[in-house]
Amino acid sequence: MRFKKHCILYCLSMLLGFLVSAQSKTLSESKRLANGKKVYSMYCLACHQADGNGVPRLNPPLAGTDYVTGSKTRLIDIVLYGLTEPLEINDEVYNNPMASHAFLSDQQVADVLSYIRNSFGNKAGMIAATEVKKQRNRQPKK
Amino acid sequence: MQKFSLILGLFCWVNYGIAQPKLTVPLQLPSGFKSTIVANDFGKVRHIAVHSNGDIYMKLDKLVNGKGIIRLRDANKDGVMEDTLAFGNYTGTGIGIHNGYLYATSDQTIYRYPLDANQNIVNPDQPEILVDGLLNKRQHASKSITFDRQGHIYVNIGAPSNVCQEQDRQKGSPGLTPCPILENAGGIWQFSTTKLNQSFSDGVRYATGMRNALGIDWNNEVNELYVTIHGRDMLYQYFPEMYNQKTGAELPSETFYRVKQGDDCGWPYVHWDHFQNKKILNPEYGGDGKKEGAPNAISPLVGFPGHMAPNALLIYKGNQFPERYKHGAFIAFHGSWNRSPEPQEGFYVVFVPMKNGQPTGKWEVFADGFSGMSPVTNLSAAKHRPTGLAEGADGALYVSDDKAGHVWKIIYKP
Ligand code: HEC
Repeated sequence: MRFKKHCILYCLSMLLGFLVSAQSKTLSESKRLANGKKVYSMYCLACHQADGNGVPRLNPPLAGTDYVTGSKTRLIDIVLYGLTEPLEINDEVYNNPMASHAFLSDQQVADVLSYIRNSFGNKAGMIAATEVKKQRNRQPKK
Repeated sequence: MQKFSLILGLFCWVNYGIAQPKLTVPLQLPSGFKSTIVANDFGKVRHIAVHSNGDIYMKLDKLVNGKGIIRLRDANKDGVMEDTLAFGNYTGTGIGIHNGYLYATSDQTIYRYPLDANQNIVNPDQPEILVDGLLNKRQHASKSITFDRQGHIYVNIGAPSNVCQEQDRQKGSPGLTPCPILENAGGIWQFSTTKLNQSFSDGVRYATGMRNALGIDWNNEVNELYVTIHGRDMLYQYFPEMYNQKTGAELPSETFYRVKQGDDCGWPYVHWDHFQNKKILNPEYGGDGKKEGAPNAISPLVGFPGHMAPNALLIYKGNQFPERYKHGAFIAFHGSWNRSPEPQEGFYVVFVPMKNGQPTGKWEVFADGFSGMSPVTNLSAAKHRPTGLAEGADGALYVSDDKAGHVWKIIYKP
């Protein structure tokens, strides 16, 4: 009987804990996206524009590109190491280089990439700071 | 019914060819001026040239059906450019007609095509090569051209860089002194038009210190070169401690210069600031927003608001427009992107009144309304972006657009 009571209490507290942690997870996710938006406004928006549609001939769109919603490591590398090879995106090439943004912290890179993967009509998974750290610590490809 | 299908047929015919005028986007012009659309939907139409018979040549920066140059002709003289000739298998920006040749540029080569007595291209598929091997590193690679009357061609070789940092466009990366880019780019080079198959080293660096002088024209009144230059990007984004969102949108000035042989316009060390009327040292070179620099560099004739992108320059030679326009400068502003999140600026053609090669008054907007909206908060929604200018033999002004690929003809008819 006592045991049963304990069990109920235990289960209740488990449930409560789960609810709280689930709640805090989405809270921190939205906080991370808000932080990502801040990073985007300061460091990416000038080139890729507020609507993520970029600048014709110069800077590519981030809306609906596989580079953004596809491979996480490729995406992290673009921000950490930059790009100079011409990319063809939706049948257009873009003439500016994309500089390395390695001066951003792992958390900032993770947040801004999570933000662009979930903005401008994009829908893709969040990126964690640990994933950025892993890409930063390996030697950049030559 | 027959009548109806005839009308329908006519309607379809009128709408069929891409060279048919379509009435969209009327321009706002000073009173007495009128505009018509003479070409539409050719895609990335960069610079344009108009021949003495009225033929329009358009240089495309994206091939249409494999071709990069399009000639439009009104063969039956009914006011519609119904005859289309497409040739040239390369993309690019520059185009011009001079002494019996059509010249056109890719991002590394200057081609030319002899024109015959009937103003036809002798061999559209076999151009001569005037110069090959101009620097092409994609960024600022468009090769604009103009001609003097002594047999020279002038070509803009833009700097493949924002401000000659060790790492281009990287926040915190220092500027290089001296800037090595200036040896084979970042200026105007002069070549002879009497010798074929030249290489870069056959040219003369005519003037230097120019980031990207996309607008270029020879002023016959004073026999000198004039250019418009795209100023640097990212003052606010890289140096928020010196520039705020507003000053970073307004600065640096876009500039209009009169250039003599040997002149230096100061890039990458300084930018022009039209509020202080000074050459301000760039922060990558130790500047603080106030310190001046490059004492030997020349100053511009006009400093325009930042980032509006002066893509073409035309000194007006004709007699059709009222007297005050003669020898003055038209400048086509492509429209900015580096003002975000502030509204974008530009997307119009400006006029600078001039006499004896010097401005005689303030600049004014001459043709407006290309973007189809005001203000432009989303660059991607702007309908048209002025990119090229040309003058017809009758003194009409032509404006091209590389967003939708339209060409407007502007006449004075009070
Ligand atoms: C100076 C302008 C500039 C800035 C600032 C900039 N980018 Fe880019 N970005 C570019 C250009 C240009 C390319 C294409 C490079 C190429 O084709 O080689 C690019 C490519 C990309 C791509 C891959 C192509 C695509 O469109 O999907 C991604 C993703 C990207 N940038 C994200 C970012 C993020 C995130 C930031 C801010 C941390 C940022 N960029 C800042 C200019 C910029």
